[in-house]
Amino acid sequence: MAEEIKKEAPANFKVTIDNITIEVAPGTTILNAARQIGGDVTPPAMCYYSKLQGSGGKCRTCLVEVAAGSTADPRPMPKLVASCRTNVMDGMIVKNITSDRVQDARAGVVEFLLLNHPLDCPICDQAGECHLQDLGYEHGKEGTRYEFKRRTFEKEDIGPYIQLHMTRCILCYRCTYVADQLTNNRVHGILDRGDHAEISTYISKAIDNDFSGNMIDVCPVGALTDKTFRFKNRVWFTKPMDAHRDCDKCCGKVTLWQRGDDVLRVTARKDEGGEVQSYEGKPGWICNTCRFDTKNTSDWVIEGPTKINRHSVISQGHYVGLVKPKETIAEVMGGRDPKLLMDIHSVSGVNSVEIAALPGPATSKNFIPESKQE
Amino acid sequence: MGRKLLLDKAHVDGIRYYDVYRREGGYRSVEKALKTMSPDAVTEEVKKSGLRGRGGAGFPTGMKWSFLAKPEGVSRYLVVNADESEPGTFKDRYLMEFIPHLLIEGMITSSFALGSNRSYIYIRGEYAWIVDILEQAITEAKNNGWLGKNILGSGFDCEIYVQRGAGAYICGEETALLESLEGKRGNPRIKPPFPAVKGLWDCPTVVNNVETIAAVVPIVNEGGEEYAKIGIGKSTGTKLISACGNIKKQGVYEIDMTISVEEFIYSDEYCGGIANGKRLKACIPGGSSVPILPANLLLKTAKGEARMMTYESLADGGFATGSMMGSGGFIVLDETQCVVKHTYTLARFYRHESCGQCSPCREGTGWMEKILLNIEKGKGKMSDIDLLWDIQRKIEGNTICPLGDAAAWPVAAAIRHFRDEFEWHVQNPEDCLKRNYGLAGYADPLKVVTPA
Repeated sequence: MAEEIKKEAPANFKVTIDNITIEVAPGTTILNAARQIGGDVTPPAMCYYSKLQGSGGKCRTCLVEVAAGSTADPRPMPKLVASCRTNVMDGMIVKNITSDRVQDARAGVVEFLLLNHPLDCPICDQAGECHLQDLGYEHGKEGTRYEFKRRTFEKEDIGPYIQLHMTRCILCYRCTYVADQLTNNRVHGILDRGDHAEISTYISKAIDNDFSGNMIDVCPVGALTDKTFRFKNRVWFTKPMDAHRDCDKCCGKVTLWQRGDDVLRVTARKDEGGEVQSYEGKPGWICNTCRFDTKNTSDWVIEGPTKINRHSVISQGHYVGLVKPKETIAEVMGGRDPKLLMDIHSVSGVNSVEIAALPGPATSKNFIPESKQE
Repeated sequence: MGRKLLLDKAHVDGIRYYDVYRREGGYRSVEKALKTMSPDAVTEEVKKSGLRGRGGAGFPTGMKWSFLAKPEGVSRYLVVNADESEPGTFKDRYLMEFIPHLLIEGMITSSFALGSNRSYIYIRGEYAWIVDILEQAITEAKNNGWLGKNILGSGFDCEIYVQRGAGAYICGEETALLESLEGKRGNPRIKPPFPAVKGLWDCPTVVNNVETIAAVVPIVNEGGEEYAKIGIGKSTGTKLISACGNIKKQGVYEIDMTISVEEFIYSDEYCGGIANGKRLKACIPGGSSVPILPANLLLKTAKGEARMMTYESLADGGFATGSMMGSGGFIVLDETQCVVKHTYTLARFYRHESCGQCSPCREGTGWMEKILLNIEKGKGKMSDIDLLWDIQRKIEGNTICPLGDAAAWPVAAAIRHFRDEFEWHVQNPEDCLKRNYGLAGYADPLKVVTPA
């Protein structure tokens, strides 16, 4: 869908989201219009994936209030609408963070999503790049009102590469769309219904397909994780590097997640929205050979460190490709630097150590200033 | 004695078979429509009749038909929703079982009006034996020239197929029904696009309830204006009510919408009063998903007027003091019934039947069920009642399809009207296992506030 929008050159629908007006092409959804504005105005989305046709509408985290439908018909919409599946109209006025109803409903949805979630982040491989973690951090409460046993499922092995943790699943259906749209044979899907619905293969088949690994990339939570990376490392201890290789099956453009010179994990490259990056309008899905079987540094042409959004915990690794926010203090103070009572850098060595550059795990020795070392 | 348009011949011997049905005046509406009327004229008659959808929402049928997109060269479909799974509702089953040709006749006439050459009956999986009855009726109709190519020389072709569901309540939601009919998982679609534009196999589709389609027969036979004369206001025609619960005579009744709720419950012509000499405590007037009402609000509206069996009167007062006509599943509870247990049973049903597609309904229905079970078993806390209220509030209106609302409304209404019974359950954890709260003040006359 994204590439279609780019082709229609004149953007001519005016939409106002949280009092910010933007012009977008007809056929754009409210969510994508909000993403063009960016920042807090963008509703969170757990199930919508712009590169997967038909996705969205299910998780209800992106609900927004439409205060006026369009210039032609300025009536408000009675119910909150899923912004990922509602197209903008000319003159539409949308309320997201400015609407109490939306905030209230979203808090409810976050609570519902976390209700049966095991919250096993400390042992979950997705921790650090989990959208549900981000959502809970931004919109969740610290406690739960749920007093009952959380839902569990019988374990199922879905194949040699992908680990399924059904308890963590939020049933976004993205992985089924991947199987439908990227592979020619879907062998897994949603079985059963309601709160006992689960992702599974029918009947106990192994998912065996060249592009099945992309299910891991689209999974917003830790329900589908990489078996070859399982328990190897926390993502924020690894350093992501852009790399490519010639591949006859896929675009071959990947992110290598390295520790020292070891490649621990290979994923497709992600854009700012956490989705797989597009190249010339085509999503850069990668094949299983690149993802699971090519883990020597020598197999890859390394381009350099991946740019990581500073909101991500992965950016805490202090490594080189980090996009840091612009320092604005001097600007607002008319060119003067702030007067510091104490410069923390001069008394603590901690902030000057480049953790990702260390060959192994950091120890207390690494933080002793050189002047004090023997 | 009210007029009967649908079930007046239902008990003629052998009416299930074509010969008797035809002898009793069956298939007249097809003759009339195909020989003397244009498709638009039929739609116009339905519009004039004021017929409202009998499946639950009560949307005007003629309006729905006129919304149907009619692009050139694209097939249109009529799908009859016979996936009647609402607890308390069994009117369509009765109609299809006893007088199947009425539905087939209505379908042919409606298909003609809508231009549908292939029409479907999507029937609930548990109604296995009715499939046989319907298929026999279709075969008989076909053998007698009412189906097939060039019906009655009018140039109109029509085939009817019966498709059995697999036993999911959610497939009664029209878009889930269409998904299921296409052979997919029965998940409701996100609207828009509406079925009238993109329905079955992405073609314009009308989905109507069995009773709605059956009502087209008397409308065409007698004319829309005649039909509209029956009933009060915008509640025209007759309605099938399936009455069950603690009444003397359970069953399906055809009412013209002019009688009061009190008359319906207590007159010998209908339910015959409360069974075993007990007193009326509460009632769900339109199938399990509509709000429950205590006896005093059921018989009289908040304004002190008698409540009638019409769409408007049952909904009088909104959800604060009213309910809905819904699908006509009239469930009566006497003073020995426990509203908490009753609400729990419904919550369990909705938890089991939620499709699990969107999170508020998937997670919220299960949560409500667990809390209600706790309260029912005397393990609840006072805060649980407010928590329930908060959960239902966060489900309602935030889901893809109306199942979320249907799960939230009964809980909301039970707490709204029967909060003291819930509190009694919490405060008397041992007592509530041994006896019920009883009638309490639920039948006491309401104080009507007179405007100064």
